[in-house]
Amino acid sequence: MYSHTNILYSMTSSPSPRVALFVTCLVDVCRPSVAFAALHLLEASGARVSVVQNQTCCGQIAYNAGDRNSAISIAKHTIKLFDHVDYIVAPSGSCAAMLKLHIPELLKKNPKEEENAKIFAKKCWELTDFLVQVQKFHLQSKPSSSSKEIIAYHDSCSGLRELNIHHQPRLLLEAYHKTPVSPPDNQRCCGFGGSFCVTCSDVSAKMADDKIDAVHNTQAQRLVGGDLGCLLHIAGRMQRKNIPLKVDHIAEILSRSLGPHPHVPTTGIA
Amino acid sequence: MSAQTKHLGFIKNSQTSTKNQSLAQAMSLLDAGLMLKRKKAVNAVENYQELRTRATAIRQHTLEHLDVYLDMFAQNAAKNGSVVHFCETASQAQSTILKLCKTYNAKNIVKGKSMVTEEIQLNDLLAQNNIQALETDLGEYLVQIRKETPSHILAPAIHITQKEAENTFRTHHTSRNPDRTFSAPEDLVNEAREEIREHYFNAEIGITGANFLIASEGSSVIVTNEGNGDLSQHIPPVHIVVSSIDKIVPDMPDMLALLRVLGRSATGQEMSVYTTLSSGTKRQNDPDGPQTSHIIILDNGRSDLLQQEETSHMLRCIRCSACINHCPVYRASGGHAYDSPYVGPMGIIVSPALSSLHTHKDLPFASSLCGTCVEVCPVSIPLTKLIRFSREQTFAQRLNPVSSRPFLIAFQFIALRPSLYRLISSCAAFFLALLPKKQHRLSHIPFLKGWFAHRNFPQSQRQTFQSLWKQYQKSKSSS
Repeated sequence: MYSHTNILYSMTSSPSPRVALFVTCLVDVCRPSVAFAALHLLEASGARVSVVQNQTCCGQIAYNAGDRNSAISIAKHTIKLFDHVDYIVAPSGSCAAMLKLHIPELLKKNPKEEENAKIFAKKCWELTDFLVQVQKFHLQSKPSSSSKEIIAYHDSCSGLRELNIHHQPRLLLEAYHKTPVSPPDNQRCCGFGGSFCVTCSDVSAKMADDKIDAVHNTQAQRLVGGDLGCLLHIAGRMQRKNIPLKVDHIAEILSRSLGPHPHVPTTGIA
Repeated sequence: MSAQTKHLGFIKNSQTSTKNQSLAQAMSLLDAGLMLKRKKAVNAVENYQELRTRATAIRQHTLEHLDVYLDMFAQNAAKNGSVVHFCETASQAQSTILKLCKTYNAKNIVKGKSMVTEEIQLNDLLAQNNIQALETDLGEYLVQIRKETPSHILAPAIHITQKEAENTFRTHHTSRNPDRTFSAPEDLVNEAREEIREHYFNAEIGITGANFLIASEGSSVIVTNEGNGDLSQHIPPVHIVVSSIDKIVPDMPDMLALLRVLGRSATGQEMSVYTTLSSGTKRQNDPDGPQTSHIIILDNGRSDLLQQEETSHMLRCIRCSACINHCPVYRASGGHAYDSPYVGPMGIIVSPALSSLHTHKDLPFASSLCGTCVEVCPVSIPLTKLIRFSREQTFAQRLNPVSSRPFLIAFQFIALRPSLYRLISSCAAFFLALLPKKQHRLSHIPFLKGWFAHRNFPQSQRQTFQSLWKQYQKSKSSS
């Protein structure tokens, strides 16, 4: 297990950046294969990747629920853990936006903490953003796969509107797999919204149905996105309605196109 | 009072409204309607972002000197012959208007569209006092004769399909040919016009709102597409403007700058069909106009929003409704779910400010925080930030819906203790792998139904990443 990346580890020399993979709580619990896929991609792009065992969650759950004090203490806990790396990369737009934008805002009342938070925030990236902007991974590709399936790409709201993540996953998919299509629904929210999907469950399901219709209209056979929350929500809704559409996290589909996965098999989300 | 004013809260209301097929049909027209029109209108202006920056700066400047401009407005309005009434609360505004109705012995009132009158529930109050107030805006009229409330600040009847509107007219306008056909929306407009017209001449008072109050002129401005507002304020002998403190703009150039973003953001029009300034009473050489003019300026909780830096941004709102039109939650739930005349993202902030957070304790959670509202707001209101802030207030006042509080306390405890976190997450991964095949069976179990009522949980991978990673590290060091 994992032998392929051992080679990559030994090949990395000093200029390669030290990257900590930020394992989001949803990925950790629900879909470890996304984290393994992200490791695979980061290493293939030439980074030295580590995992911080004591990391927990970015604190977004507390922050979006109005529990600011908890979000602040979780933010302080998180910042301390990542001193030793050049970059912190999360396979999620919403967690990356929390780390990069909201944590500095949470700690702005204390100048020392704010300064630390800003240094920390500068090191934080969303996975596809990091692969494209820092590693230029889309330029390192072999010829893209001959797959004929149509892929629809779902832009998650936090990534799209807070971190401007739109072209990065598309560049990577074009380079390693094939050009995805965008659902024709004005990039409308799928209705996940963290705890929103359980507190306003009916509205959330209606929003998922609208999204599923928009994806269906693209004739796509596979839905790909960058945030596990949205994907679990959409895939779960489709399973309930017996709609057979494959769903993948962007890390999983890209990792598969690099060749056999060295860690655990990525079966996709649905 | 209609069925929609029962105040069950957003979550309960939306459980019903999301099942309403004709509502869904009506709301689906937003895409090709107001959303697309705004996009085209905004893209057609090269320097739209500059217009937006200017509009934001004007609104911010006005709020920072609100007392000065309110004084200036009152003085200049008095010069135009208007009587200005500052009202701190909704009930003060109600009693002021009621007193005016008695003074002028009014039994019939015609009304142009005014959200502030919805806010103070003026029509109900007037009806209780045997004064008939007729809405003259087509949407408001439709909603009034159906005994409903508006579901949108700009398009009050947006929840009604064309077919439903036709049926309402057929049942309500009984003196007309029952076999008449309505081939286009204009037919509805024309029929409403004919029904309403005579009322303008019988009314003792005309009531309108105001899109802006221009401090340097003492004038109010209304922006309409049907011309009904003009008739309401020109024909009756008494004109009452019902407005609020946040509608003030310093002068004409500022008002014009705001008009440039208002029409585009609201309906995708460069300008509305009618933009009308009303400057007090009829002067000697004026062809028409009211003999008496009153201007009600309501506070009703608005100055409380000014007290906190976070919420003060909300008073920049020019009521264009772009945030509402683009909100996917509003689109799915419909406006009546908000239990307030103010709906969508702006309503989430405004409604609790006008009554109390306790009355609207669900509203801060009626958002997926997707941020589309922030993108389209012409005066750059950071709505998602404000919504998060109102969640913080909800949390501080222990008003959270669905016993989320114990969960959050436990979550913080666990998230600060990494080994406990790893243990709990491993258990969670293990239990997720044990979910039954027929997951709809979990639809009714408390704590689980939020997810499982509508969704399955895609098959889990039994172990957490952290534990798989640890196993890998061990195997690496032993090899």
